[in-house]
Amino acid sequence: MSTNGSVIRCSIDGKEYLAKAGKYINDVARENGVYIPTLCNVIGIHPQGACRICTITVNGRMMTACTTPVAEGMDIKTNTSELQDLRKSIVELMYVEGNHFCPACEKSGNCELQALAYRFQMMVSRFPYTFPKRKIDARNPKLVKNYNRCILCKRCIRAIKDEQGRSYFAFRKRGHKVEVGIDVDLGKFISDEVAQKAMDICPVGALIKKEQAFRIPIGKRKYDKTPIGADVESHHV
Amino acid sequence: MENQKPIIATASLAGCFGCHMSLLDIDDRILNLIELVEFDKSPINDLKKFTRHCDIGIIEGGCCNSENIHMLKEFRKNCRILISVGECAIMGGLPALRNGIPIRECIEEAYWQSPSVKGHNPEMILPNDQELPMLLDRIYHCHEIVKIDYFLPGCPPRADLLYDALVSIITGTEMKLPYEVIKFD
Repeated sequence: MSTNGSVIRCSIDGKEYLAKAGKYINDVARENGVYIPTLCNVIGIHPQGACRICTITVNGRMMTACTTPVAEGMDIKTNTSELQDLRKSIVELMYVEGNHFCPACEKSGNCELQALAYRFQMMVSRFPYTFPKRKIDARNPKLVKNYNRCILCKRCIRAIKDEQGRSYFAFRKRGHKVEVGIDVDLGKFISDEVAQKAMDICPVGALIKKEQAFRIPIGKRKYDKTPIGADVESHHV
Repeated sequence: MENQKPIIATASLAGCFGCHMSLLDIDDRILNLIELVEFDKSPINDLKKFTRHCDIGIIEGGCCNSENIHMLKEFRKNCRILISVGECAIMGGLPALRNGIPIRECIEEAYWQSPSVKGHNPEMILPNDQELPMLLDRIYHCHEIVKIDYFLPGCPPRADLLYDALVSIITGTEMKLPYEVIKFD
């Protein structure tokens, strides 16, 4: 067994790489210009493994790249046709699970879920749409929480805290009723800066900063011309 | 040779005609398209009924009333290949925002409550003419009602996507799908 910090040898898609043991597979791949699609993962924040988009195979077994540390002798495959279809099916499931009306969404063009659908060339979901009845909570002075679009990635819960380390957001309810709520009391004191950060950290349009929508014209938004992951892939060519 | 051209029919169900506009957005390539195909029932030539069996049917919009369902089934019967075009046909689109709201509530909002009608309908009349098609309980996207062969997303689908899809089907070539053409808005 390799200890954390020692250098190990692993193979990603048939190419050999050296990496520090204990680093997550996703980070090692990124540093070497291999893009593994992620959705719930944020660089610099402790990984969650919630969305399973980053599923890869290690020695033939499926694992999440964001939570699995590299180890000596790992044979990692990131892009087999089976994995591609699995990832696409997860995105398709998310599309039918909530109410993702892209044409009417403030986040359209900057949305990571949508960007993954573009990258995977999703023309239609293979699953039946559920059209759940969900609410929109606009009580917070700075943020609108749209439950129709939330994919429960916990990015806001993990990344957005106040000075004392308290989270503005939290899970409530259980099972299929689980949702991310804004702390009503703490949320009253949310600054413009933190509200903007919350909107940016949300991969979909579930957190929208008030009076901010549709500022960037179509054609100039983040994923209008550049596929998600292109920055990683162009890094090491 | 003339009658061997593929025949296209189009329809707008619960849509906004934006997808048809996008089809016109292929600009001068429409002259190439006219060389390749003939149009049958379509709002573009204003033919109201099918005059023959068609090769390609293009459906814009989902189904919000009984007439839409009837029309969609007619298209399936009369078209060899049926294509769902745009977000409304694929997943209901903006009309589907009413899914989950009781139909009575929607109608009362539209004819009694909304600011533009409030006070202007003292007899509280709701449209009830027998000629009017019945509203459905929710929006049904096309592949819930009939089999759909291809899907072209977008709101509207980019003109290039529509043109390339039609040319690919007609000439039997594989479709190129550059990143910029698949968009949901």
